[in-house]
Amino acid sequence: MTTIVNGESRRLEDGATISALVAELDLAGRRIAVEVNREIVPASEYAHRQLRDGDAVEIVHFVGGG
Amino acid sequence: MVEPLRTAENLAEGALILAGREYRSRLIIGSGKYRSFDENRRAAEAAGAEIVTVAVRRVNIVDRKSENLLDFIDPAKYTILPNTAGCTTAEEAVRTARLAREAGIGDLVKLEVIGDAKTLFPDVPATIEAARILVREGFQVLPYVTDDPVACKRLEEIGCVAVMPLAAPIGSGLGIRNPYNIRIIIEQSRVPVIVDAGVGTASDAAVALELGCDAVLMNTAIAGARDPILMAQAMRLAVDAGRKSFLAGRIPRKLYATASSPLDGMIE
Repeated sequence: MTTIVNGESRRLEDGATISALVAELDLAGRRIAVEVNREIVPASEYAHRQLRDGDAVEIVHFVGGG
Repeated sequence: MVEPLRTAENLAEGALILAGREYRSRLIIGSGKYRSFDENRRAAEAAGAEIVTVAVRRVNIVDRKSENLLDFIDPAKYTILPNTAGCTTAEEAVRTARLAREAGIGDLVKLEVIGDAKTLFPDVPATIEAARILVREGFQVLPYVTDDPVACKRLEEIGCVAVMPLAAPIGSGLGIRNPYNIRIIIEQSRVPVIVDAGVGTASDAAVALELGCDAVLMNTAIAGARDPILMAQAMRLAVDAGRKSFLAGRIPRKLYATASSPLDGMIE
């Protein structure tokens, strides 16, 4: 299936969970927040929340700012 | 006998109470524009800051860096104040604040809704709208706002934990453009007043504290200085001097001179 992750098209295995995506991006254990189709997904749901074809995922973290 | 130098730590009125927490430092610094995370870390230490602002952005999934800001600005040591910088609508700002909270830093948010790209002046109606939503959702909101006493009053009434009027446009370094408005805001406010944006040099920070501001927030003034670490030290001293000067009570301004030496006993 194809998802959009941070604006970039990304192919994932069918039924991939958010945990799988986060691990693939080497972000496990990082202070991040995840939105799927503009809805925040709590970290406690990453392991069982499966992504679907066409899902728009946003993964954010903290960067320098004033 | 020499009086011991009173420092923020032992000055009775030394503590800044913000959202129920006590801080010894009245200097809040940003984390943007530093040449490296390590320079940012050293500047925070030199400034004696206890609160550091951060922005919320997409993780770069194409070019992942192994270093992370929060590896240098340790959330166990600093209060991290996420901002909604770059947002131009209440909706975007609320969305950004929710993401920041989800990332596990806490309920504090520096609310920023920009109304004009050139001046980066805040969109006050949108800021008020977003503040209302965020306060209802349990956020502790610190809004960046124009130096407008009425806007600050509204934000306080909504339940913001502080108001943060600008001194001058973000990054302009122009210093406090309207000290009289800032003074009015200080007099009317029952929440901390933090001057945010526009400080250029140490004397600007001292003026903010002399006026009675509870704290000052700056980023570019330190990060953009030729020697950011030295400037961070200068800002720390200026904030301390300004606060003490405010507490000590300045003399009134007069048009004419008043002799400092007695006139009695002059030789004839």
